Amino acid sequence: MATQNIVDQQNTWDIVIRPQRAWWDVQLNDLWRYRDLIGIMVWRDFVAIYKQTILGPVWHVLQPLLTTLVFTVIFGGIAKLPTDGLPPFIFYMAGNTVWAYFSICLLSTSNTFTSNAGVFGKVYFPRLAVPISIVISNLIAFAIRFVLFIGFLAYFMLAGSPVKITAWVFMLPVLILLMAGLGLGGGIIISSLTTKYRDLQHLATFGIQLFMYASPVIYPISSVPQKWQWLLLANPLTPIIEVFRLAFLGTSSVDPMYLLYSAGFAALVLLVGVLIFNRVEKTFMDTV
Amino acid sequence: MASTVISVENLSKAYQLGSIGTGRFCSDLKRWWAKQCGKPDPYAIIGDADHCNREGETIWALKDINCSIQKGEAVGIIGRNGAGKSTLLKILSRVTAPTSGEIKLKGRIVSLLEVGTGFHPELTGRENIFLNGAIMGMSRSEIRRKFDEIVDFSGVEQFIDTPVKRYSSGMYVRLAFAVAAHLEPDILIVDEVLAVGDAEFQKKCLGKMESVSKGEGRTVLFVSHNMNAIEELCSRAMLLHGGALQHDDYDVRAVIRGYLYDKGVVEKSSWSNTSDLYRSTWFQPLKFFVRDAAGREMIMPLKNDEEIWLHIEGEIQEQDPALQIGYALYDDAHRLLFWSTHTDCAESDWPKLHKGHVRLRTRIPKRLLNDGDYRLELITSLFWRQWLCEPGTDVPSIVITIKGGLSDSPYWMNRRPGILAPVIAWERVA
Repeated sequence: MATQNIVDQQNTWDIVIRPQRAWWDVQLNDLWRYRDLIGIMVWRDFVAIYKQTILGPVWHVLQPLLTTLVFTVIFGGIAKLPTDGLPPFIFYMAGNTVWAYFSICLLSTSNTFTSNAGVFGKVYFPRLAVPISIVISNLIAFAIRFVLFIGFLAYFMLAGSPVKITAWVFMLPVLILLMAGLGLGGGIIISSLTTKYRDLQHLATFGIQLFMYASPVIYPISSVPQKWQWLLLANPLTPIIEVFRLAFLGTSSVDPMYLLYSAGFAALVLLVGVLIFNRVEKTFMDTV
Repeated sequence: MASTVISVENLSKAYQLGSIGTGRFCSDLKRWWAKQCGKPDPYAIIGDADHCNREGETIWALKDINCSIQKGEAVGIIGRNGAGKSTLLKILSRVTAPTSGEIKLKGRIVSLLEVGTGFHPELTGRENIFLNGAIMGMSRSEIRRKFDEIVDFSGVEQFIDTPVKRYSSGMYVRLAFAVAAHLEPDILIVDEVLAVGDAEFQKKCLGKMESVSKGEGRTVLFVSHNMNAIEELCSRAMLLHGGALQHDDYDVRAVIRGYLYDKGVVEKSSWSNTSDLYRSTWFQPLKFFVRDAAGREMIMPLKNDEEIWLHIEGEIQEQDPALQIGYALYDDAHRLLFWSTHTDCAESDWPKLHKGHVRLRTRIPKRLLNDGDYRLELITSLFWRQWLCEPGTDVPSIVITIKGGLSDSPYWMNRRPGILAPVIAWERVA
């Protein structure tokens, strides 16, 4: 379905529908025209999710709080994993704040096609608007978690814990962008492939849980034997989490330059994702 | 000067039969492995022996459609189920892509394959207007500008801040259609949306569509099984048959007649429910046919001096006192002559209907109809509540042909002008 302005002798056509369009022909201008839709979908996600709940957005506070507590008790208290000399609670909370945003982005965009089949089958709009709006609306939840994290950080600082904020905090927007990019890219790749192979949906759900253990969420990279550290560094999330800890807690054993690797990886995943998504979106209704 | 706003060239769409999804990866792998080993494709279709095994076969939902539509035309698209109507609309509304061919469009296009697409049950009516409007391609400021008009048209202003999940289905549809009606597209595509809502609301929708096409000079494409609506609304009709454009004419009535009297559509003088159609617990029609007074089969053409008994058989699973069974009679120009139902007389005289298999018969008086073809449509409804088989839509129907036997008079042997040809008694007043 190519949509482009074409001058056809004396006629100017607004829309031309064709079977094939070039794989690089991603209609970003179309997406821009529908920016209001993205805005409204973000707003819908946020409004609709807490209708008929008593606690509303408080869930965004409770969830990380409880997860962090469990981590602190199990990994810090029972398993006694090292935390780079930081208070375990704030250490886990930092890792968890970053991780939660990435994983929710990936999981909730990974079923874009299957869960929106009803709408996609009835009306045209740039399909990419859906995963993009999901990534943005998750940002609101991230903001709440982040504020909570800052609150605890302030408490720990006042209590004299060995945490310190470094100049890397200014990299926060970049870190968020990288997480969003990785989550979105991975999510839309999975969603494009699930139109044909539903198995991937299940794989994604538990794969992301396993993947957390391959990321330095509950342990610092310094606790990993030297000869295996490259494996952990191959994970594009590692530098993001480590730099986040460097920025807000002041310790990390990863060279922040590894962020460049994460950025390259995110760009690649996003590019591949958008291209596959673009390929699938026009005929997925026939296979879903 | 009329200008072409839709141009369709050699449009085709193929679908792959068979399971897509689960198991496909496995067969993809095996296929690949077999190829590596130099063995034949394990999933290749062997011979034509097994007709049920149509795995991997492609069917053409649309084949080589060519047409061009001018600005301001209201085009009705008709055809049986599976003729390709919905596929054509889906491609036009860019929900799916064609297999080959091309469509060129001019102006803003809005397709209503459904009303209320994307409505979120938890959101209020107000919020859903914005959401639905945006999905349909309106900008926020545009919706804000038309908001009052939309609410006014829908007639649900009292409940505008109530979540739509608490709406009645009628209110829901009214609100959804109100948004759709205010999209102001250059090309409007409508698919059976009018099948919902009460009669008054349907009239409102039709009126709106009429003003869109005739008053505002916009182009409307309208798919429906409701021939009356097509005839009322459209200036041009297209008949799709087996994926091909069979008939395309500005004489809407002629296209409709061609469709309704097509021998492939109407099973001559009897109809029976072979594939579990029109399923309903109140009344599912099973057979619809004519017999003579003694219950014998009748051979077409019928003579006008014999009584025609119309038989209706069906199954009642759940009894409802409001059930009404009847028929509508049309002439060959699709003009309605009359309706008749089993509840037309005093209530005490109604045939009693019981649970289970039901057989009804009614007499079409002799020497009432004229020479020619007549079409009988089965109509069933729950009185004042809902249609089960709505006349004018794709319901069971049969065609009878009357030839000869018009009167006993030597002066009246052949067809007379007029829809009816009753023999009425005359006497001299002394």
